[in-house]
Amino acid sequence: MKRKEFLHLSAMSIGAMMLPKFSLLGNPITAEEALYEGLDVSTKKALADVALQAATSKGATYADIRIGRYLNQFVTTREKKVQGIANTESLGVGIRVIANGSWGFAATNSFTKEDIARTAEKAVAVAKANSKIITEPVQLAPQKGYGEVTWKTPVEQNAFTVPVKDKVDLLLQANGIAMQGGASFVNSAILAVNEQKYFASTDGSYIDQDIHRIFPTFTVTKIDRASNKFQSRKSLSAPSGMGYEYLTPLADTRVAGIVTRYKGRYDLLEDIKNATADVEQKLKAKSVEPGKYDLVLDPSHLWLTIHESVAHPTELDRVLGYEANYAGTSFLTLDKWKAGNFKFGSDLVNIVGDKLQPGSLGAVGYDDEGVKCKEWDIIKNGVLVNYQAIRDQAHIIGLKESQGCCYAQTWADVQFQRMPNVSLRPGTSPLSVDDMIKNVEKGIYIVGDGSFSIDQQRYNFQFGGQTFYEIKNGKIVGMLNDVAYQANTQEFWNSCTAIADASDYRLGGAFNDGKGQPSQSNAVSHGSSTTRFNGVNVINTARKI
Amino acid sequence: MPILSKEEAQALLKKVLAFSKADECEVNLYGSDGGNIRYARNAVSTSGGISSTTLIVQSSFGKKVGTATINEYDDASLEKAVRRSEELARLAPENPEHMPVLAPQQYAGSKTYVPATAGITPKMRADAVAQSLAVANEKDLVAAGFWDNNAGFAAMMNSKGLFAYNTSTNVSFNVTLRTKDGKGSGYASKGYNDVSKLDVAAATRVAAQKAAASSNARALEPGKYTVILEPAAAIVLLETMFMNMDARSADEGRSFLSKPGGKTKLGEKLVDERVTLYSDPQNPDMPTSPWTGDGRPQEKVTWIDKGVMKNLFYSRYWAQQKNVKAIPFPDSAIMEGGSASLEDLIKGTEKGILVTRLWYIREVDPQTLLYTGLTRDGTFYIENGQIKYPVKNFRFNESPIIMLNNLEELGKPERTVSGESDIQALIPPMKIRDFTFTSLSDAI
Repeated sequence: MKRKEFLHLSAMSIGAMMLPKFSLLGNPITAEEALYEGLDVSTKKALADVALQAATSKGATYADIRIGRYLNQFVTTREKKVQGIANTESLGVGIRVIANGSWGFAATNSFTKEDIARTAEKAVAVAKANSKIITEPVQLAPQKGYGEVTWKTPVEQNAFTVPVKDKVDLLLQANGIAMQGGASFVNSAILAVNEQKYFASTDGSYIDQDIHRIFPTFTVTKIDRASNKFQSRKSLSAPSGMGYEYLTPLADTRVAGIVTRYKGRYDLLEDIKNATADVEQKLKAKSVEPGKYDLVLDPSHLWLTIHESVAHPTELDRVLGYEANYAGTSFLTLDKWKAGNFKFGSDLVNIVGDKLQPGSLGAVGYDDEGVKCKEWDIIKNGVLVNYQAIRDQAHIIGLKESQGCCYAQTWADVQFQRMPNVSLRPGTSPLSVDDMIKNVEKGIYIVGDGSFSIDQQRYNFQFGGQTFYEIKNGKIVGMLNDVAYQANTQEFWNSCTAIADASDYRLGGAFNDGKGQPSQSNAVSHGSSTTRFNGVNVINTARKI
Repeated sequence: MPILSKEEAQALLKKVLAFSKADECEVNLYGSDGGNIRYARNAVSTSGGISSTTLIVQSSFGKKVGTATINEYDDASLEKAVRRSEELARLAPENPEHMPVLAPQQYAGSKTYVPATAGITPKMRADAVAQSLAVANEKDLVAAGFWDNNAGFAAMMNSKGLFAYNTSTNVSFNVTLRTKDGKGSGYASKGYNDVSKLDVAAATRVAAQKAAASSNARALEPGKYTVILEPAAAIVLLETMFMNMDARSADEGRSFLSKPGGKTKLGEKLVDERVTLYSDPQNPDMPTSPWTGDGRPQEKVTWIDKGVMKNLFYSRYWAQQKNVKAIPFPDSAIMEGGSASLEDLIKGTEKGILVTRLWYIREVDPQTLLYTGLTRDGTFYIENGQIKYPVKNFRFNESPIIMLNNLEELGKPERTVSGESDIQALIPPMKIRDFTFTSLSDAI
């Protein structure tokens, strides 16, 4: 995640209606207007054909068009106050072509046939101009046209149909629980996203998709005025590819333990109560003794470690050097993949890429260049076996077709390789979290994601968390403070000694995975079961100023 | 829409306000025209041209506020936007922190627009990339870089008669050069209002020199070292302090500036007395806008004077609660320094580490402003006043407050760009003792 994006999102969830900023995301609309049907499919198809024809008549050998309507809703509160309610809509068309062997892109928010044709021609002109400074022509993996197809996130309750008042009431009720429990401050928010995307290409695909995401979140803060210390605890929710049903817990939603965690659905009111108790405990918790510990990492924490140390270094554009000036390159160079025996992790470590998992942020029917989504192994029994690729990269790693990892954050941005869901497969032998902890002599159990930082080739990382529990001789003995762990990616994944079974498997994720210049955001989930890593270096982060 | 003149913008905004039926109305108008080009593996990868204008209407009835945005400027569209904002305001819940619009303000002149930058063409962008690639090819290195330029205007008017207008231009260029064996990497980043100050070939040569010089780095033990932070490295830590100088967080007890019993460290000595930090929109080397998006004047503000915390920034709501002047968050950071060059700082160092860039900076503890991150693109061991050899990258855990208390020497300020936030700054290279490196990284 990029700090700019992180700050932007934090500012949105904490910071009220700085409305001029919202125009970047789209135009303000009413909640009711978000429910209006967009253009009908036949109109979109007609516009798409105009673009594809205009591009090919000007010499494009390939063209695609994305007609997008992107809806966002933000409801933000603090304590007893509603800070902001925003509904935004962004509507427009992005056209990408290959001409003279080079990519070109142009976008417009006008929907007249003339402007769309003009934009297609502009994309061709850009491609031709760029073709003078390329070293090799674009090589596109073959892709069959799917004809006219549709895909929709299987939501039970479209979040945009839920009255804003219900969301405000839920958040203020949650805030009330925190304040009654002794919190000094509480911020809470519900973010909802709906991408209505129509894709068409000269391959003969006309793909209409309706994609939904939701993210309820809060931060509870308690200040001890006497000692001048303060502690916070964030929600243990996971941003999800779901509708509002995510906020209705089912019988099997709660994962019991030292603190309740959530699977598939989420109980906001229960979690905020627990968070309020946690901040109280965090203020009194003892400072960690630095040294080597066995770490037991909950999926609400481990998703971020997977994101940074596995998902990013296996992005093929980073491996090839396309991100060298910004996000960085990767230690997982092509020679390590070619060798076929590069031991990324222990034999237990099996990492899979997919854009299929129900409820995940990455789940769509087709990617943003019209490739049907799938699942594939990236790390198998600890060995690097694959990357994440799109159509113009597939040939580089000997693939006959794309893995479907192409995404653009809006119609106005050019699509490029973005990470799919990248997840750690659960253990194959039955193992519960309790049984895992029983075998740990000196360890720390970490729940929730916190501070994160990793180098530009993804070797050295440091992670914090939300709550840290000391494990002594197989038992949790209390809470710790000031914990961060530092490791080398390969050493860390090779120290993986136990993975809980599939019954513990859960997703975590983020709306704001950042890459590219100009930077674009991508929403992605990472699944795992609770996992143990042996002998990891833990530092103490307490300082005096 | 071309860049509107002050008179044209004023006429358009007056027309919009004439449609208003709300208690209060405020209109912001932005327009910009720009382009970018990106390259990697010694060839162009993507490029684009972006032209956009936005008119934002904010209407309020009491403390109920609604906003609408539009990019069409005929009378009917303008009226529609005003009606839309009024409709949204009526539907909105009360915002208890909403503030009435500002009365007319006095603004200083602006130096942020340079016609030459506004005149940048796609061909100039492509030529600049060609220049950068020529350096890479000559030195047998692999280049990846990004050029982004824009020219724009901003105007606002409200129902109390406030009017503000500004034009600005910006060009930024950053490049990474790597050795073909991947063992060396160098970076350069430049940003200006005036494109004539940007020398792409020179910046690329700096990155090329660092790429070659950083090859085959040796490992040093992590620990506390005297470091010389080049401005591009220092700014990413310094800005973390800047961004956290918010009065409300300090008053609420959840800031590094909070003190027991609800007090703050405002007025107290916080860092070494050689540290003076201010912002000034009129600085000729780094001009910024004389007003903010909510109409407040941006004036010269001294934040830290000889080590003493002098000012914090406020929202208008919080300033009213505290009955103080609502100083806005600044657009730039300027730190006073000395006259020594970077070379002079190196010459005067017996043992130390030269850090050219810090990367992936994240907060570890908001109470102490402890941040972590890594060195990147050229880190060097200094002995007896000379650079001896490149060293492997380190992870650090450090607080800018501790760092500015461990100050040894400041050099001559120069203009730099934060690689984390894109904030522009004019700050000196800094020599710091006991900078905390906590582990080694194999990254290059």
